[in-house]
Amino acid sequence: MSSCIPDMTTKLGPLELKNPVMTASGTFGYGLEYSSLMNLDLLGAVVVKGLSLKPMAGNPPPRIVETACGMLNAIGLANVGIESFLRDKLPALRKTGAKVIANIYGHHIDEYGELAGALKGVEGVHALEVNVSCPNVECGGMSFGVDPAIAAGVTQRVVRNTDKPVIVKLSPNVTDIKLVAKAVEGAGADIVSLINTITGMAVDVETRAPKLANVVGGLSGPAIKPVAVHMVYQVARTVKIPVIGMGGIMDWRDALEFFIVGARAVEIGTANFVNPRASLDVLDGLTRYCVDHGIGRIGDIVGSLKT
Amino acid sequence: MMDRCLEIVSNRPVCRDTWIMGFRSPELASATKPGQFVMIKVRPGIEPLLRRPFSVCGADEEHINILYRVVGKGTEIMTTIQAGVSLPVLGPLGNDFAEPAEGEMPVLVGGGIGVAPLLFLAQSMANRRLEFMMGFRTAGEIIRADDFQGPNTISLATDDGSEGHHGFVTDLLQHFLEKHKKLPLKIFACGPRPMLRKVAETALFHGIPCRVSLEAAMACGFGVCQGCVVKASPGGPHTYRYVCQEGPVFDAEAVDWSKFS
Repeated sequence: MSSCIPDMTTKLGPLELKNPVMTASGTFGYGLEYSSLMNLDLLGAVVVKGLSLKPMAGNPPPRIVETACGMLNAIGLANVGIESFLRDKLPALRKTGAKVIANIYGHHIDEYGELAGALKGVEGVHALEVNVSCPNVECGGMSFGVDPAIAAGVTQRVVRNTDKPVIVKLSPNVTDIKLVAKAVEGAGADIVSLINTITGMAVDVETRAPKLANVVGGLSGPAIKPVAVHMVYQVARTVKIPVIGMGGIMDWRDALEFFIVGARAVEIGTANFVNPRASLDVLDGLTRYCVDHGIGRIGDIVGSLKT
Repeated sequence: MMDRCLEIVSNRPVCRDTWIMGFRSPELASATKPGQFVMIKVRPGIEPLLRRPFSVCGADEEHINILYRVVGKGTEIMTTIQAGVSLPVLGPLGNDFAEPAEGEMPVLVGGGIGVAPLLFLAQSMANRRLEFMMGFRTAGEIIRADDFQGPNTISLATDDGSEGHHGFVTDLLQHFLEKHKKLPLKIFACGPRPMLRKVAETALFHGIPCRVSLEAAMACGFGVCQGCVVKASPGGPHTYRYVCQEGPVFDAEAVDWSKFS
């Protein structure tokens, strides 16, 4: 058995990464927030907070509530907007050496096209992740992601307006996620990532009011991991394009489950709030696992589920 | 901001349902200013999942202390932790009160567990004349400042009249202002939301500069989760302000108090 350093490089269609560990949109800000605590260049990529054409203030508080082994959030896609991102955030983020993936969100299909256009040719942005699955904004968000035809339409619009690899981030809030995955693959997506948060709700029994001002929110954290692993398993067997898995990954063991069921890379989300270095800890753990098991390439684990 | 596993050197109750926990960390102690907070993971594993925010209530060269009120699962777990155990502590987080200018007399107004950051502020101004007003529900819940280094002029109020003024700490503030509002004052306040609103509105009415320390549910503590917003005062450039990063201390003018309850 080899004790050499395993090959962690990861190829997701046209997107090449030095390793398969990324940070999930909305849990890592614009990357810079973490730069005093870790070297961002060590990550496979940083996926930034979802960007819209215009700045968005987000939902009224309370926006988050902790639940059993998880949390509900209804942030409402608060973000600085694409212009400010390009002007105020990206230059500093580029200096860290990290690969940057821009997560984009539109209220209408045209806005997705405009966002892709605004990022066309921008150096230092290595891929787009298209958010068709955020459950928090009434006038768009989930409605794009739950209908295969609409999800395909959004995908096609982005693909036509960009020169970058296109990742479509899928919603778990559907009856059959395979149908949406197939549809966006057919529309030209290079990669799919899943899962976004699962819609949920919590109630204060004393006041009988919802614990979130938005009433409903998105559930994340370890509570959703089994659902995420199952959906990644389903999608990886359905589409030919690479799959990025996420949902409740707290450590390298959690991450391995996603690789074994077919994910080529993972995104770390809620864990970043609890342990700012969670993504690097996952990467270290995966590397050690490969060494301990004599696995030469991380890719060799992908889809190795024994049934 | 640093993320360290810090040794607990003390953990004991100071009054009903309120405990003080001390951590050894010269590094954090020298970096933390009054008003700032830390995020603590009270136990390894996924339940409870998130860290909890706590104001620093005092520091010496070697240690920082936090006060906590036992209100739920996380703080109940904390009461069972022995000295010698280490916990992940992220800090210092947020902004600070900023010491008042010379010639401005500090007036500290705290309610319940909200006195915590004010005790640290008072400690840092030990050589200044200041007025410290504290309100609690009942005598058994009074956080005795003589447990801490610092404040010497303290007036007390309890909701049930079991000690000190029978009523709210905001009554003490009103009485004080009736006598002294001509002095150059600066108010610093932390406590329950209705109390803060009353203090802020009183300060704004009299034109007295006022800094308020706010509390909000948050997942990260450093501007990422964006969960901890409060409504900003209308007419300004902001819709919301982030308690963890732009606060926890705000000028009274910055917050929309009509949306604050």
